[in-house]
Amino acid sequence: MEIAIIIPLLAAAVQSGTPILYATLGEIFTEKSGVLNLGVEGAMIIGALAGFIVSRYTGSPALGFLMAGFAGALATSIHGVVCLWFRGNQVVSGLALTILGAGLANYLGTSYVGISAPGFKTMAVPLLSSIPVLGPIFFNQDILVYISYFIPPAMYIFFTSSRFGLGLRAAGEYPAAATAAGLNVAAYRWFGIMVGGFFMGLGGAYLSLAYTHLWTTNLTGGRGWIAVALVIFAFWRPGRAVLGAYLFGGIMALQLRLQALGTQLPSSILLMLPYALTVFVLVISSWRKKTSEEPAALGVNLEPVD
Amino acid sequence: MLHFRITKRQEPLGAGGSCLVLLSALFLSLLLSGFLLFLRGTPPVDGLLTLFQGAFGTKWAIEDSILKAIPIFLCSLGVAVAFRLQIWNIGAEGQFALGAIGATWIALTFPDWPKAALLPAMIVAATVAGGAWGMIPAILRQRFKTNEIIVTLMMNYIAILFLQYLVYGIWKDPTSFGFPMTPEFSENAIVGKIGTTSINWGLAHCLVLGILVWGFFKYTRLGFELKACGDNVRAARYAGLPYDRLVVLVMVLSGALAGWAGFLEASATVNRLQPSIIVGYGYTAIVVAWLARLHPLSIGIASFLLAGLRVGVENLQLDLQVPAAFGGIIEGLILLTVLAGGLFTHYRIVRGKT
Repeated sequence: MEIAIIIPLLAAAVQSGTPILYATLGEIFTEKSGVLNLGVEGAMIIGALAGFIVSRYTGSPALGFLMAGFAGALATSIHGVVCLWFRGNQVVSGLALTILGAGLANYLGTSYVGISAPGFKTMAVPLLSSIPVLGPIFFNQDILVYISYFIPPAMYIFFTSSRFGLGLRAAGEYPAAATAAGLNVAAYRWFGIMVGGFFMGLGGAYLSLAYTHLWTTNLTGGRGWIAVALVIFAFWRPGRAVLGAYLFGGIMALQLRLQALGTQLPSSILLMLPYALTVFVLVISSWRKKTSEEPAALGVNLEPVD
Repeated sequence: MLHFRITKRQEPLGAGGSCLVLLSALFLSLLLSGFLLFLRGTPPVDGLLTLFQGAFGTKWAIEDSILKAIPIFLCSLGVAVAFRLQIWNIGAEGQFALGAIGATWIALTFPDWPKAALLPAMIVAATVAGGAWGMIPAILRQRFKTNEIIVTLMMNYIAILFLQYLVYGIWKDPTSFGFPMTPEFSENAIVGKIGTTSINWGLAHCLVLGILVWGFFKYTRLGFELKACGDNVRAARYAGLPYDRLVVLVMVLSGALAGWAGFLEASATVNRLQPSIIVGYGYTAIVVAWLARLHPLSIGIASFLLAGLRVGVENLQLDLQVPAAFGGIIEGLILLTVLAGGLFTHYRIVRGKT
């Protein structure tokens, strides 16, 4: 293929990968605190709708994006109530959140289907965008993509160098020891759930405010679940999450290009690609037995003691 | 400020208390659902009454609820078999689709076979296809330790797209005016209705399969081993039970039951294969299995109630223009509140500082 085809494709990969990146980083944040939240899909779609509605009525996509984060956190706080207060099973609670989120978004969003809202537009970064190859791929995007570049390094520093980040990891690895050391494990887990939900909401809003400027039903289309799988692929490391998200963005972009070019392959077969790739990636990363990097207390509720 | 703390109960909550918790959870779900109706400007009490009226108010409504309960029951039975072993099979939706595809393949290939041969052949094809679709995540889990939740879920998307590929492509009825559907099945490929009702004989299949699954866990050695494994995986491994092989077995069983549901939906309900048979029964089945605490009889009751919810929501949509997604909201709320209520089985909340 020629470079003239590859560069736009890679730029599209970064764009399609960005919502998945936000969501994956959110789930890493939550899982590091020891809470498994399978409701990513639900939190994303609620964020997508909230962002869309706020942007539509205020005319400010930036405000919409911010509010989408809070809506996502509000959605995942349900998971917090059920799992942290009531010690409900984390797997089932996450599934319930997915069902509830999809229901709520489609219920409250019916009247917006096919309607557009002000969204984010491409904004080339001066100087950087003129770097050959890398410029057009990474620096000729919308501002939400640029924001996403700062989150993985920030998360890395937070988890490795800050007291608070280490405490959060302790809550996910050795909750009993953390409690004995005087840390409030439940509070750290609440923080993990809420910040994670905030990022998931942002990921959803990327879909309704930047990727498209339209509201459609089932806008997220399984991206939340792909994010859950990518956390494992990334071995819970924010840096590798970037790689995984862009890989998926690439396959989604490629599939759209192939459809547009009118290949012999039927669209339903092309649409299978990201889901099949998820299974493949999961097999590869589980096979390499790096699952030992999983937070030791992931998915285990705290024993309510007197 | 009020302070609460959680203390352990001396003995688990009794049947009466459990019932009270369950009813409170359902009541809270309905209260919240009513509030959502209010948000959209629908009178909440009228709305919920319309829902109940539509679900259980007439003979026709009850028949429709039973009709929808059939696939939910079978999928849920399958899901429950896997959950028993603490295997999270979220893939009933895809296994259901594969079952429908398998049954359709036989129905379209051998339309002239007598009913007594064709229907069993369709069931075999459906259960094999559904079972195989369930087996893939089990084998991946066994070999590579992949997470079955994500794999089964991804395979749902793949199965549904495969179904679409078939009905939009090679299996498309040339006389369907462009609608994505296969030709109608021959008379011999259709499971008939019971007497003069609109309910099909699939209800009898449910009864038999439900009793078989119940008997399997209660009376067979293998069923007992499965339960032992589910209760304590590590202990079962030490006791020498072949945990990994049992995982494959339950996933095949689980997929086969969902596949059977797919067969019934294609054969008895729509008499052909079309994408509209995929309506989320596989996900409702998870809610049902959890509500019923995996017990077959309770699964039957919960299937009927949640099928009724779907029928009722259709009525709500017709009468008060409430979007169909309202049903998903109630399902999600019920699951969350019942899950939270589970705390009271072993703990109580008392006032006072810790």
